[in-house]
Amino acid sequence: MMTENDWSLKARDLTRVYHRGSEEIRALDGVSLSIRRGEFVSFMGSSGSGKTTLINLLGCLDNPTSGALELAGKSIFGAGKPLGERELTRVRREVFGYIFQNFYLIPTLTVQENVALPLAFYRKPGAEEEVERLLKLLGMEQRRDHLPGQISGGEMQRVAIARALVNRPEILLADEPTGNLDTRRATEIGEVLQELNRSSGLTIVMVTHNPGLARLAGRQIEMRDGLAYES
Amino acid sequence: MITPFQIAYKNLLRKKVRSLLTLVGIMLSTWVLVSLFGFNRGYEAALNRDIDNMGYQLMVMAKGCPYEAATMMLQGGKGLRYMEPSMVNDILKEPGVAKVTPILMQAFFDPNKGESGGIAGFYGVDPASYPALKPFLRFRKGGWFHDSAAAEVVMGYEAAELEQREVGDLTMVPEKNVPLKVVGILERTGSQDDGTIFVPLKTLQRISQTDQITTIGIKVKKDADMEKLENRLYQLKDVQVVSFSQVKQTVMKLISTARVMVFSIAIVALLIAMVGVVNTVLMSVLERRQEIGILKTMGAMPGDIFRLVWTETLILCTLGGVAGIGFALLFARVTDMLARRVLPYAPSGGLVAIDLRISLLALSIIVAVGLLSGLYPAWKAGSIRPLESIRGE
Repeated sequence: MMTENDWSLKARDLTRVYHRGSEEIRALDGVSLSIRRGEFVSFMGSSGSGKTTLINLLGCLDNPTSGALELAGKSIFGAGKPLGERELTRVRREVFGYIFQNFYLIPTLTVQENVALPLAFYRKPGAEEEVERLLKLLGMEQRRDHLPGQISGGEMQRVAIARALVNRPEILLADEPTGNLDTRRATEIGEVLQELNRSSGLTIVMVTHNPGLARLAGRQIEMRDGLAYES
Repeated sequence: MITPFQIAYKNLLRKKVRSLLTLVGIMLSTWVLVSLFGFNRGYEAALNRDIDNMGYQLMVMAKGCPYEAATMMLQGGKGLRYMEPSMVNDILKEPGVAKVTPILMQAFFDPNKGESGGIAGFYGVDPASYPALKPFLRFRKGGWFHDSAAAEVVMGYEAAELEQREVGDLTMVPEKNVPLKVVGILERTGSQDDGTIFVPLKTLQRISQTDQITTIGIKVKKDADMEKLENRLYQLKDVQVVSFSQVKQTVMKLISTARVMVFSIAIVALLIAMVGVVNTVLMSVLERRQEIGILKTMGAMPGDIFRLVWTETLILCTLGGVAGIGFALLFARVTDMLARRVLPYAPSGGLVAIDLRISLLALSIIVAVGLLSGLYPAWKAGSIRPLESIRGE
């Protein structure tokens, strides 16, 4: 029997409509899904299928046009009133860590400083010790004083992962995390994510075009025309 | 752990040339501003010092141009009219007058001065009354004249340096070829006295073949009504009264045009620096849109981003301001020299007086103006929405 606390995330009838001139685009057309704490879920789909729109809504980067979202039993969207940037930021910094196709490391900061960057703005208790632990866990401790320009793409994504995890998020959202990497490094990053999910029970929600990477997730969901289909 | 200040500082290092050029702009405007403030303060102080060192507050002279008279008193010159020495006693009877001293200013053409000759000024003073009006004068060597008609001179510090004279040397009065013995050399005063050659009044009258004087210096009693005294002195026949407060006002009026000009330049420089700051910081924000969006996904609030960008402005302005103050201090002498070239009258001593108060005031203005310039870029950065910035890639 699952309790409320076992659910990381529950979406009900999430819809996102964009307007381009007089044209109405239903990027997401009423998606309902639940993700349990500790799950590794991948979303696959062609361009325009709605997978990035969905991950943006699940990650509180955007407000849905309609529908509801609960995080660990707490209602986020659904009251009918869109959340402002401040409220969204408060949710994001408590719950999520994000990694993207582009790593967005600050070129003038060292690896260690990039990992510690989120702590300059928000710091959960004990988060300082996470910097060293994550550098070690992701095999970057020898590169701590290097600048991003002095390390490989795969290493940059490892740094981005460490940065996303430094505030101990509940859920890691990964949007095309290997899109800028060659096959070997993409596999490495996939394995890193899989290991994080297995060893520390981190909930991971990933969007990818890469079927090999998607298969590393315990659960695969396919997106088509703004709807989600369990594989 | 890294602080927002370190992040802001390292952000500025990304485009080093752009940041450096902005710094130079801020530095130049601070330099102008500090020099202007220093000049405002230094010029008035130097003028006051010159006037205080006169030892008297009023002077009476034969009717003529008062500006010429004032300039004569301060810088030497030719062509003054004479008046009777008996006037001294008339003036001394006036209530409010503490002390008086008769003066004869004479100028002779010296063919050996400069490339094509120049004017050598001699200042005939009464040994009985003049030193009493200037008790602050100190001698580097020697002392005042031995008697009231001695063929002696006392030289100001710079006059002695320029003519390479020592106590005991002889100096010639040009045109007249009269030798005078140097009996005293004054310490440096930082006033016009430094360049003056003092001669006993009677001696200068004898050399000039006159028994008249050009000026009477008047020391006023502390509780005297200056305006009333001036009005009474104007009743004396064929004289004009020049008060040094008037001289000061006149000179300050003469230089006010120059001050307005320099102040306008300082404002233009400030505006240019301000535009530079807006441009640099705004460009940097626009280039980092996606990165700022990512900072927001990490938990940075709009206020955090605003402060981060504002800190960049603060660093630029503080560094530029401090550098500008440094340059203003370093080149104060050059500024002084340039000011002397363009001013109608420059008192002796330093014209540019820069102190900690002026430096801090200029720095505060630069930082305040800079922070004002940084408001828009900082607000723009703070209002970046993460989703839009990430989509914009």
